[in-house]
This record gives sequence, structure tokens and C-alpha cells, in this order.
Amino acid sequence: MIFMKNNSDKNRKIRNDIILAAAILVIAVAGLLFLNATKESGSYVVVKIDGVEKYSYSITDNVTQEIITGENGEHTNTLVIKDGKASVSTANCPDGICVGHREISFVGETIVCLPHKVVIEVQKETENQSLDAVV
Amino acid sequence: MKNKTKKISFLGIATSVALILAYIEAILPPIWTAVPGIKVGLPNLIIILILYRFGFKEAVIVSGIRLIIVTILFGNAMTLAYSVAGAVLSLLVMGILKKTDKFSTVGVSIVGAVCHNLGQIIVAIFLFDTVQIGYYMIVLAITGTIAGVFIGVGSSLLLRRTENLKI
Repeated sequence: MIFMKNNSDKNRKIRNDIILAAAILVIAVAGLLFLNATKESGSYVVVKIDGVEKYSYSITDNVTQEIITGENGEHTNTLVIKDGKASVSTANCPDGICVGHREISFVGETIVCLPHKVVIEVQKETENQSLDAVV
Repeated sequence: MKNKTKKISFLGIATSVALILAYIEAILPPIWTAVPGIKVGLPNLIIILILYRFGFKEAVIVSGIRLIIVTILFGNAMTLAYSVAGAVLSLLVMGILKKTDKFSTVGVSIVGAVCHNLGQIIVAIFLFDTVQIGYYMIVLAITGTIAGVFIGVGSSLLLRRTENLKI
């Protein structure tokens, strides 16, 4: 009898586990579908260093820009914009995640270099321009 | 008294095993470089073991000491912010979920993994002042769930094997 109770208790927990995992996955997939449905090509590539906007380029430009950060300028990431897509070609950060990141071109896509506090983001329009529009 | 000594030594050993697991995970090549932060979360095996064998307080102690040691050995202020946010949110939610007694270690560990990612993403959003980083959370929720299943099954095996261990 005790065994039976334990067993049904276990089954109930496993059922709850599956519901939980399914719920998380459904929400995630819904999020992915939503992002895919609403994604649009960006017009600008903005480089933020430590949260502050430093460079801004049109995505149609051909740009090779060395982004220098760090107290003594010892950190570098090379931003390349070509054929309407932005990527990082070289960097001297320890993990190299930004270099391995695929090219970005849609609004809201980012390449992040955590060690250098650099964020490269595709935007619809630059923040300055949207301010101008208000003024 | 004797039990207390045993318990302290067991928690000490558990802390060092969690440290080693974190180190092993750190030297493994990244699973998918396009999204940073994807990992199995091996130290969570130990945290769940402690959570179930001893309780929430002990799990917090082991996790906290592990974080302090990792930061002294390998980290800096920034990695500490990420680790603390991940660990606090993950432990808190795992503790609550375990208390409801409605989920097995698999459910607890899934939520732990996803909340760990969530905590770190929240810190990243604040540090970088860029909400778009939150998009990573979608992918991390999926990989976190998969990792959570493995860790949950693993820790349930670990719990069963250490059942007869008198501490």
C-alpha cells in the first residue's frame, strides 16, 4: 500500500515535470515565432561601449572600424559592415564569442562582447535621429 | 556533536566537488558560440543534492562559498555580478519549487537552470543598458530546459546512491 502511494506520488511529480518543461518550451517557441514574424531589416548599426553610444553607421555603408576600449586602449574589436550585414572580424577578448557570432542585419539583433563591454546593435533608426524627429 | 562534524565535512567536500565541476565545465569547449551562456550547469548536481539531503540553508551556504572561491580564483567584480544574480534567483526558485512538493528533482532543476540564465540576462540588460540582450533568453530557456532534464535525472540518481550514507 505504501509502495502504491509512493508510486502514484512519483507519477504525479513526473507528470508535473513534463507539464512544466512543455510550458517553458511552448513559451520559448512562441517567442521565437513572434520575433521571426515581426523582424525587419535594420537601417543603422550602432556601437555602444559600456551602455554609451559611440559609433553609428548606415547598414549600407562599407565599414571596417576598430573599436578600441579599456583603460589604456588595450581592448580591440574590429567591426565590419559589408553587403548590409554587420559582424566582428577580429577581437582580442579572451572568449572570442563576438567573432564567432553570425552576421546581423535585422532590427534588434546584437553582437555582444562581454569582456570589453561592447554591444553592436542593429536599429531601425539611430537614437539621435528619433530625437531630431521629436524636435 | 559527531553528526555536526560529519555534516560540516560533507558540506566541505560537496563545495569542493561543485568547484571542480564548475572548472571542468569552464575548460570544455563552448557548445554553441552564437549564444554565450549555454552550459550544462554541472555544479547544480551538487546544489540539488544538498538541497534535498540537508535543506535550503545548507544549499545557500555551499553555493555562497563556491561563489566566493570562484571569484577569488578566476573572477572579477563583473563576473561576480553575473554569478550572484544567477545563483540567487536559481536557488530561491528551486527552494520554493521543492517546498511545494509537486515536482521531482527534474522539474526543480529545469526551473533552476532557466532562472540561472534569467538572472544573468537581467544583469546583462542592466550592465549594457540594452533590452535587446533579452532576446537571448528565448534560446537560453530552451537549452536551459534540456540541461535541466540531464541535471535533474543525474541528481536523482545521486540522491538514490547516497541514500544509505549516514550523515
